[in-house]
Amino acid sequence: MSMTLTTRQVGDVTVIDANGRITLGEGSTAFREKIRELSASGNKKVLLNLAEVNYIDSSGIGELVSGFTTVTNQGGAFKLLSLTKRVVDLLQITKLYTVFEVFDDEAAAIRSFN
Amino acid sequence: MAYLGNSANSGAAHQPTGPRVTQGSESIHTDIQLDSKLESVDRGEELVLEAARGIGFDEDELHRIGIAVRESLVNAVTHGNRFHGRKKVHLRVLISPKHMSVEIRDEGPGFTRESVPDPLSAENLMKHSGRGLLMMQAFMDEFSVQPLEGAGTLVRMVKKRQTG
Repeated sequence: MSMTLTTRQVGDVTVIDANGRITLGEGSTAFREKIRELSASGNKKVLLNLAEVNYIDSSGIGELVSGFTTVTNQGGAFKLLSLTKRVVDLLQITKLYTVFEVFDDEAAAIRSFN
Repeated sequence: MAYLGNSANSGAAHQPTGPRVTQGSESIHTDIQLDSKLESVDRGEELVLEAARGIGFDEDELHRIGIAVRESLVNAVTHGNRFHGRKKVHLRVLISPKHMSVEIRDEGPGFTRESVPDPLSAENLMKHSGRGLLMMQAFMDEFSVQPLEGAGTLVRMVKKRQTG
């Protein structure tokens, strides 16, 4: 089962809609490349929508951390939207839940960037 | 010893997963050798999930078991065997009326849990990797790492069966 990443622009915020599994291999590589591409083109406000992601392994968690670091190191903000319970569990186990800014409502998340 | 399920050998002579033998009411569901490739991770995870599904674990528990097994297989392929063409990952699934155990052995240089940095410490929290063992421990009821003299590392994980 592969992962798809679709980006859309809401004002000056880039929303990435992820679907599938973020695991070692295709999924985590695609995510890393997407973040690299957004950073290279100057997108500094990134909202990752994980509503359709039920499965992330430690490699995928590593990519979320790297994405966060890449964007924030460039003076931007990287936030998460609509986490499933399973992903919340993973972020709590790894103590990363409080590192990320997490939203359930997209409009509220978009407003928070400004 | 009952035999319930999968046995396969990817081209190499059969070797047991480790020195441990089945005890009491445990039966072997799966006993297989996998190549040191990432594709083996998906295959191994699916075999374990098939066993777990067959004895009634619910979807949330299947998710936890799947991630724990996946993490262990990834470690065996990448850190243990380092994708070596002749080294195998040995996967065994044992089932008893009370639990399911999963044993994964690589043929690498061996490691101990103590040698792996704590991913929850402040200096490691934002590192890209190093969370696999933590996730295995969190998602399974028992978890042990046993370095084997000259024979790699054996990871054993146990999940208690759900009742009612």
